[in-house]
Amino acid sequence: MESENRKKYWKKNLKYLAILLSIWFLVSFGFGILLVDELNSIRFAGFKLGFWFAQQGAIYVFVILIFVYIRLMNKLDKKFGCNN
Amino acid sequence: MSIQVWTWILVGITFTLYIGIAIRSRAGSTKEFYVAGGGVSPLANGLATAADWMSAASFISMAGLISFNGYDGSVYLMGWTGGYVLLALLLAPYLRKFGKFTVPDFIGDRYYSNVARSVAVFCALLVSFTYVAGQMRGVGLVFSRFLEVDINTGVIIGMIIVLFYAVLGGMKGITYTQVAQYCVLIFAFMVPAIFISIQMTGNPIPQLGFGGADENGVYLLDKLDGLHRELGFAEYTSGSKTTLDVFLITAALMFGTAGLPHVIVRFFTVKKVSDARKSAGWALLLIAILYTTAPAISLFSRTNLIETVSNEKYEKLPEWFSNWEKTGLIKFDDKNKDGRVQYVADVSKNELIVDKDIMVLANPEIAGLPNWVIALVAAGALAAALSTAAGLLLVISASVSHDFIKKMVNPNITEKGELVAARLSAVVAVVLLVILVFIHQILSLPQ
Repeated sequence: MESENRKKYWKKNLKYLAILLSIWFLVSFGFGILLVDELNSIRFAGFKLGFWFAQQGAIYVFVILIFVYIRLMNKLDKKFGCNN
Repeated sequence: MSIQVWTWILVGITFTLYIGIAIRSRAGSTKEFYVAGGGVSPLANGLATAADWMSAASFISMAGLISFNGYDGSVYLMGWTGGYVLLALLLAPYLRKFGKFTVPDFIGDRYYSNVARSVAVFCALLVSFTYVAGQMRGVGLVFSRFLEVDINTGVIIGMIIVLFYAVLGGMKGITYTQVAQYCVLIFAFMVPAIFISIQMTGNPIPQLGFGGADENGVYLLDKLDGLHRELGFAEYTSGSKTTLDVFLITAALMFGTAGLPHVIVRFFTVKKVSDARKSAGWALLLIAILYTTAPAISLFSRTNLIETVSNEKYEKLPEWFSNWEKTGLIKFDDKNKDGRVQYVADVSKNELIVDKDIMVLANPEIAGLPNWVIALVAAGALAAALSTAAGLLLVISASVSHDFIKKMVNPNITEKGELVAARLSAVVAVVLLVILVFIHQILSLPQ
C-alpha cells in the first residue's frame, strides 16, 4: 500500500475503533454501572433494565460489536486492496 | 447408578478423548509446537480460544460468586467479557500482523531490547504459574468431592494428563483438545441450566428464564429480592458495593483480561489477520453462551438454596447437604440450639456458611437432577480447568525455550534442540507446580 493510502486506512481504522469502543463503554460502564439506578426504574419481563444490562445486555452488545468490527474491517481491507 | 460411578465413566471417556486427540496431533516442529503450524481455521481457533479463556473460575466459581453477591457480581460478567472486546479490537489483529510466536517476542522486537523481553518473560511466567495453580485447585476440588480421591492425588492426576498432551502435541495438540473441551464444558454447563430453568420457570432457555416467573406468576428476581430482604441481606438486584467500587473493579478486570498471555498466543495460530479477527468473534460468541447463562444459574441456585435450607430442620435436609459438609465447604453451627438452619445476614445469628465455589457443582444436586447430570458437571469443570492449564503450560514452556534460551542464551540452538527444551521446560514447570501445591497443602494443614 502507498503511504497516502496507508494513512487513510489507518484513519478509518481508528474511527471504527473510536465508535465501537464508545458503544462498549456506554453499555457496560454507562448503562450497567453509572446509570444503573435510573435504568432500574424501567422494567421489562422480570428484569430491571439496569440490572439486565449489567448481567445480560452488555454481553450481547459486546458480541455484536466484534462482528460489526469484523465486517467493517473486511470491507476496508477489500477497498484498499490489502489481504493481510 | 451412583454419582461416583457416573463421574468415573464420564471423566474416563473425556480424558481418553483428550489423550487420543493429542496422540493424533503430535508436534514435529517448533512452529507446530508454538503456534500449531499457523494454519488453524478461524472457527477451530474460536472454539479453542473459548475453552482456553474460560477457566475453572468461569465454570466453577463465577456463577457462585454472582449468586452470593447479586448485582455486585456483574463486575465479573462485564469485566471479563468487556476485556475480551479490548483484546479483540486493540491487540489480537495487530499481534497477528506482527507474526511471531510469543508475546515477549513482540515486546523484545518492538522495543529493540532484551531487557524489555526479559521483563515480558518474567511477567508471562508469573501470570501463568499463579493462574495454573488456580486451575489445579479446581481439579482437586472436583476429584475430591465427586470421586472421593484425595485432593493432592486429584491435582497430580490432572497435571499428568495436561502434561501428557501439552508435551506431546504442543500448541497443535492443545488446540484440538481445547476444541473438544469446549464442547464438553458448554454441554455440561447448559444441560443442568436448561433443566433447572424449566423446573423453575417453565422456559427452557435460561437467559429468558432469568426474567421469568414461578408457578404463582411472581418474577423470580422479585421473589429473591423479597427473600433477601426478609433475611436481612442486601437486595439481590441492587448489591451493596458503591458505584465507584463497581466501576473500578470492572475496569481492572477488563484490562487484566485483555492481557492474558495464553489467550493472546492463540491468535498467532491462524493464517492471516482477517482470520484472527474472525476467530476472536467466534470465541466471544461461544464465551457469551456460558456468560449469559451463568447469572441465570446464580439466580436459580440462590433461590433454591434459600428455599431448601432456610428455617429447615437439620435432620430433614437433603443428602447433598451432608455430602458437602463432609468436604468442609458447607458449615452448619446450630447457635440457638433449635435444630433448624437460620441463614441470615446478621453474623451473630447466622448458622450456615456455604463456600461460594460449590454453587455450580452443587446446583444440580440441590435441584434434584439425575445423577448423570451431576457427573456431567464434574466432567465439564475438569474440561474448563484442564484446557486453561494446558494453554498456560504452553506459555511457560515457550517463554523458557523460545524467549529465554533461543533468543537470549543460545541463538544457535537447533530446531530439534529447541523442541526438546520446550518439552523439558513443560515437565519442569509441572514438577515445580506439584511441589508448590504440596507445600501449600502442608502449610495450610492445621486449618
